[in-house]
Amino acid sequence: MNDRTQNSAGGRGGFLIRGARLLGGEATDILVRDGVVAAIGRGLQAPGDAEVVEAAGLVALPGLVDLHTHLREPGREDAETVATGTRAAALGGYTAVHAMANTEPVADTAGVVEQVWRLGQEAGHCDVQPVGAVTVGLAGESLAELGAMADSAARVRVFSDDGKCVSDAVLMRRALEYVKAFDGVIAQHAQEPRLTVGAQMNEGAVSGRLGLTGWPAVAEEAVIARDCLLAAHVGSRLHVCHVSTAGSVEIIRWAKSKGWDVTAEVTPHHLLLTDDLVEDSPVGSYNPIYKVNPPLRTHADVQALREALADGTIDCVATDHAPHPVEDKETEWAAAAMGMIGLETALPVVQEAMVDTGLLDWAGVAERMSYAPARIGRLTGHGRPIEVGEPANITLYDPAVRAAVDPAGYASKSRNTPYEGRTLPGRVVATFLRGRPTVLDGKLA
Amino acid sequence: MRRHLISAADLSRDDALLILDTADELAKISERSIKKLPTLRGRTVVNLFFEDSTRTRISFEAAAKRLSADVINFSAKGSSVSKGESLKDTALTLEAMGADAVVIRHSASGAPHRLAGWVRGSVVNAGDGTHEHPTQALLDAFTMRRRLGSLEGRRVAIVGDVLHSRVARSNVLLLATLGAEVTLVAPPTLFPVSVGSWPCEFSYDLDAVLPKSDVVMMLRVQRERMNAAFFPTEREYSRRYGLDRDRVARMPDHALVMHPGPMNRGMEIAAEVADSPRSTIVEQVANGVTARMAVLYLLLGGAELGGEN
Repeated sequence: MNDRTQNSAGGRGGFLIRGARLLGGEATDILVRDGVVAAIGRGLQAPGDAEVVEAAGLVALPGLVDLHTHLREPGREDAETVATGTRAAALGGYTAVHAMANTEPVADTAGVVEQVWRLGQEAGHCDVQPVGAVTVGLAGESLAELGAMADSAARVRVFSDDGKCVSDAVLMRRALEYVKAFDGVIAQHAQEPRLTVGAQMNEGAVSGRLGLTGWPAVAEEAVIARDCLLAAHVGSRLHVCHVSTAGSVEIIRWAKSKGWDVTAEVTPHHLLLTDDLVEDSPVGSYNPIYKVNPPLRTHADVQALREALADGTIDCVATDHAPHPVEDKETEWAAAAMGMIGLETALPVVQEAMVDTGLLDWAGVAERMSYAPARIGRLTGHGRPIEVGEPANITLYDPAVRAAVDPAGYASKSRNTPYEGRTLPGRVVATFLRGRPTVLDGKLA
Repeated sequence: MRRHLISAADLSRDDALLILDTADELAKISERSIKKLPTLRGRTVVNLFFEDSTRTRISFEAAAKRLSADVINFSAKGSSVSKGESLKDTALTLEAMGADAVVIRHSASGAPHRLAGWVRGSVVNAGDGTHEHPTQALLDAFTMRRRLGSLEGRRVAIVGDVLHSRVARSNVLLLATLGAEVTLVAPPTLFPVSVGSWPCEFSYDLDAVLPKSDVVMMLRVQRERMNAAFFPTEREYSRRYGLDRDRVARMPDHALVMHPGPMNRGMEIAAEVADSPRSTIVEQVANGVTARMAVLYLLLGGAELGGEN
């Protein structure tokens, strides 16, 4: 039981969500039974055995889908496990996450992807859809058994060497061609490796002052341009991971204008944070809490990314949730691991960057954080509108709350969030996975 | 002046002048037969060197000892950036040992910033990665001032691998604070892309800069740069950016030749130039001890340098 629910039936007879705003529209009631949306309308009567969730003032969003999550299991269970990561996902409003392949061992065989998929099923907080590696061991030398992963119980459709760019043009071409056989997509971490040897942060004025080796925008843009041309040439699907520069946006816009099947994602942190923070922030200079790959860029890049997400050039928001234990961040900048956690703050950050700025409405958020990522990942059963007969994957969100971020209560095993102490809007109140609450009243159900 | 000296940008003009004036006073002591002051008796200075630098370590050690501080040399070579915990663990050890000041040399830019967050004592940056080396800039400014008087309006050319040079970064900041006009000279590959936003001029043409320079500071070219396509060959670099006798002849008569050492003789600087009367290279070494004495004295001696504490 909790503050917002009544009746002690424990939801066995379903839930009546009372007074939520569907994508920001007028308040309505949503009856959830047997895993699907059973009825929508004002003044619905709760069947006797249904639990009532008071949702006045809350926005009802389709369950969020993340295309880019690092769950670290197998191999780095000290940073995150499938169980802890999916708890964090549920608390962030997610009903499905794509688990990245850079685990130890790498998810480059049917065995490993099935293991991750089953761990997700057992944990039960949200659906875990493994991403398969493009190359064996992420080594960039030979193709992994993409078909075996696609045919496995995990039914992999997204393949990525994330963290490592498939820089060999021939290998990238072959991967793009090969996955057409099972409607797969190659999700590329665009980073020209020779241009980023030793790279520590965005190359620009700040890196110049701080004496940190620069990660130039062109190292991302050059690979995106090449991959768009390759994808067009072989007629395949390309997905660009965590776009971070204004130039990348221009290239993707151009590729889409040609009608090519190119999609792209942006992280919440690239929509809000800039490289200035490496030099000057409330937590001091050189604090690796801001070290992420691709690096935080400039204000102009952030503005371009926001506009691109608003106009659809960038299709979706993906967290790149990258948990690291404290000892991997409490160190000198160069030695620190790259990445920040993001599942539990994604929706508030998107609200601040996109909704509160008037760039997106809640329908736009639903498109970019649920429908589009599910479509790109070929997930059925997620990214569906909240309509009668659809799977009841629903996130109830209170946009009116404002509170300082306190990661102490996070479900993720790691605490490497750059938002600690920062006031962010919004709070996920409840998450339903096929009609079953994974989060109620802001707490794991 | 703040509690730490991590960047030349930490120094206001008044701070910098106070350090240089203090160094002037302390220089007189170095001329005595007994070169020692009791000022820092009972204080502990730790030289924490994650990177080899015998010259800088000895210079700091001599400075601290001349002020009667207890000196602990902590060489952590090999553990620098290989595994993260080492710096924080070391910091906690130093805390437990009651270090009043930690002089840190580290291959990672920003390591002194991180250390400053973990220890209560003062942190002095003795060179961090490709970021800064503020006491080098102070000793350079001290050397220039002794030879040329005020630095206001003086023109300083800094020549060579600006991209990777902590000496150049610190000098640009400090010399700008002191009113000098700095021109950086290098091939375009050895400038950061953002050099246009620095408080200085820059040029690709050494010969054009030399006649209007009061000081020409040559930077060491590290051997690994020579194999990484920053320039075609050593010979071409030396021809375009090396300081030889012919080029010295184009400098004003009073102009100085400086180098932070160690030098590649015959590469960025000809041996005869390095050994000429214009060269301050040996003086810079001696002045290094004096300038570092002034820094330690002012950070630890209880005297405020003005500004925030």
